[in-house]
Amino acid sequence: MAKADIEIPEMREYPVIPILKPDAMKGDGPFVAKADFQTVLGYPGELVDNWETKAVEKLGDLLSCFRSLRVYLDSCVHCGACTDKCHYMLGTSDPKNMPVARQDLLRQVYRRYHTLPGKFFGKMGWQWGLDLIGAKEMDKAVLDDWYNYYHQCSQCRRCSVFCPYGIDTADISMAAREIMASIGKGQKYCNEIIGKVYRIGNNLGLPEPALRDTLEGLEEDIEADTGVAVRLPIDEKGAEVLLITPSADFFAEPHVDGLMGYAKVFHEAGISWTLSSYASEGANFGMFIGSYENMRKISLRIRKAALDLGVKRIVFGECGHAWRVAYSFLNTLAGPFDFLDPKYPVPQHICEITYGLIQEGKLNFDKSRNDDMVLTFHDSCNVARASRMGNVPGGQFIIPREVIKAACNHFYDMDADTIHDQTFCCGGGGGLLTDDLMDLRVKGALPRMQALKNVVEEHGVTHMAAICAICKSQFTKVLPYYGFNMDKIVSVHQLISNALILTGQEEG
Amino acid sequence: MWFLTGFYALFFYFAIIVLVAGVGYKIYEYARTPAPLKVPTMPAPLTRGGVVLRILSEVVLFRSLFRSNKWIWLFGWMFHFALLLVLLRHLRYFIDPVWGWVALIQPFGKYAAFAMVIGLIGLLVRRFTVERIRYISTPSDYLILVLLLVIGMSGMMMSFVVHTDIIQLKAFFLGAMSFNWQLIPSDPILLLHLTTVFLLMIVFPYSKLLHAPGIFFSPSRNQVDNSREKRHLAPWAAELEKAEAK
Repeated sequence: MAKADIEIPEMREYPVIPILKPDAMKGDGPFVAKADFQTVLGYPGELVDNWETKAVEKLGDLLSCFRSLRVYLDSCVHCGACTDKCHYMLGTSDPKNMPVARQDLLRQVYRRYHTLPGKFFGKMGWQWGLDLIGAKEMDKAVLDDWYNYYHQCSQCRRCSVFCPYGIDTADISMAAREIMASIGKGQKYCNEIIGKVYRIGNNLGLPEPALRDTLEGLEEDIEADTGVAVRLPIDEKGAEVLLITPSADFFAEPHVDGLMGYAKVFHEAGISWTLSSYASEGANFGMFIGSYENMRKISLRIRKAALDLGVKRIVFGECGHAWRVAYSFLNTLAGPFDFLDPKYPVPQHICEITYGLIQEGKLNFDKSRNDDMVLTFHDSCNVARASRMGNVPGGQFIIPREVIKAACNHFYDMDADTIHDQTFCCGGGGGLLTDDLMDLRVKGALPRMQALKNVVEEHGVTHMAAICAICKSQFTKVLPYYGFNMDKIVSVHQLISNALILTGQEEG
Repeated sequence: MWFLTGFYALFFYFAIIVLVAGVGYKIYEYARTPAPLKVPTMPAPLTRGGVVLRILSEVVLFRSLFRSNKWIWLFGWMFHFALLLVLLRHLRYFIDPVWGWVALIQPFGKYAAFAMVIGLIGLLVRRFTVERIRYISTPSDYLILVLLLVIGMSGMMMSFVVHTDIIQLKAFFLGAMSFNWQLIPSDPILLLHLTTVFLLMIVFPYSKLLHAPGIFFSPSRNQVDNSREKRHLAPWAAELEKAEAK
């Protein structure tokens, strides 16, 4: 994607709610999945005959399966509370990126075909009646808007925090994407990736030998660096912990530095652990496409790996939506996990492990090794608003920060209305981390970039830490558009890796 | 006169039936549809009791709306709580003898009408003037506000300007409820007031007014954060598992 196609929004000192620019982001949306990518997931290869009727029927099915959808489609009063809360709206000014307007794209079809007045006015052919209640026929224009604008939602749930009824646009986006895939119009990026998970075991399509090779290389790196032999085991039966981590951790920067951090933590704590070549992926794109079945199928791979390897605990690495699926859904989708050690929650987050060890005084740090950095922390949306860590509500905000502070001397938070449950998405979540959406990704990062700029100017922040593979990849790509260095983004466990003094490590 | 009385008595029955049956059916539908996944907006309470408090803070204080937008909160909250007082005050026309606390709140209920109308005007003005809200407004959004304004203002007219025969009105309602019809006063303002109120009752189950029962069923607000401790499984998901096990 040429850089010239991307219009970078202007950063302002104070965030301003933009004036609407209708159709600013009108377009064809991301690439549509080819037949092969569709059929592997159980969807038709191309737009089916009668797709209008099929879409309406599928919506009916989903309404009977998901209370959320029913309640959310009925309850919106168009109060406007969410209209200035979406990072894509703030970055693009397109009114259809206001959460309520995005929801209305589906709601108008719901009103037409699944409510009494809609059915009545539709049968009588009274257009004024349909206009009155905001109902619309399912047609090509509606489908095009769905495909385009439901792929401009990163399912970050920020709008749901502010909605007086908790209406969650993420749920509505997921339903819309599921309907589209089921009539033959799925998204290439997500569906191709899910296919790779089924075929090879991870999103990146890394086969087992390549994985082993990479891990050996990392072991050598750590030994060269510290003089201590730290292992990164794979498929080791009888290990205590099965580590499930996003496959980006195996090679992308700064992800891989985080993976070395996890390895050092396990090593230092004396916890035996292993990766699995069968379930070598933490990500679960089944959530992004709103498919319960696919999300479940991917989750069951983790259950099988845990059973085959005979582990006692499951721990997840730094990945936002993976942690949502793990924390909130894994027990539902692939449980019960009664074969694991009942002393530990299932699953655990790597930050919970590290934090626990810090509390017990089992890890020694030399914080000065991170003195070249002044840090801030980006709360990833799925961790912040869709899951928890530790045993108090809001632990997901406290624990990563405590972990960072244990390893660093200089830490400053961004503005209060851009962190914790009000955090802004990186702009690349929810299945949008693809080059064909680069323009959207750059624009969607605007609110986070503005908040970052503020702490850079006020506190001299040099680096931003995150615990999500998508956030890390997205920021690596978009930071340069806003005049920041791409290596400004770091993994939380990279900081741990830098500062942790391993037993027997040579000083240096 | 008897024609008018008959018309409004039947209109009253019809409105009540549509409201109760319509909203009742919607509640049944919400309750029957499973929420297959744990999706509370975090941080969420860890216990049932905590969830009750969370829902109460939304229903009584409009907590999320307060965090979101102070103007919408101000007008919205003012309107809803004034409406509640006004409704409670109106109980006196449907019960005999009047309960002590209903008698006690009469003056509050009467003046709450001002707050109610001011809140509604505030919401309507925002709908016209704020570009983003204008963009998302459908004709029904305006009509419902106008309907409520007509209800509030016609009611205030009767409270403060041209009184209707309130004794006779109470006789009408008590009569209608015991199927022993009594004449309805024929003041146009009263008839306008009743017509708009009945219309509102009729559109309730088929419009966005469903937000009232909806909020209690919203999974992002009413779920306990305990997914790691307790397995949450919808009946249809359990069926799916069983079918696969075979």
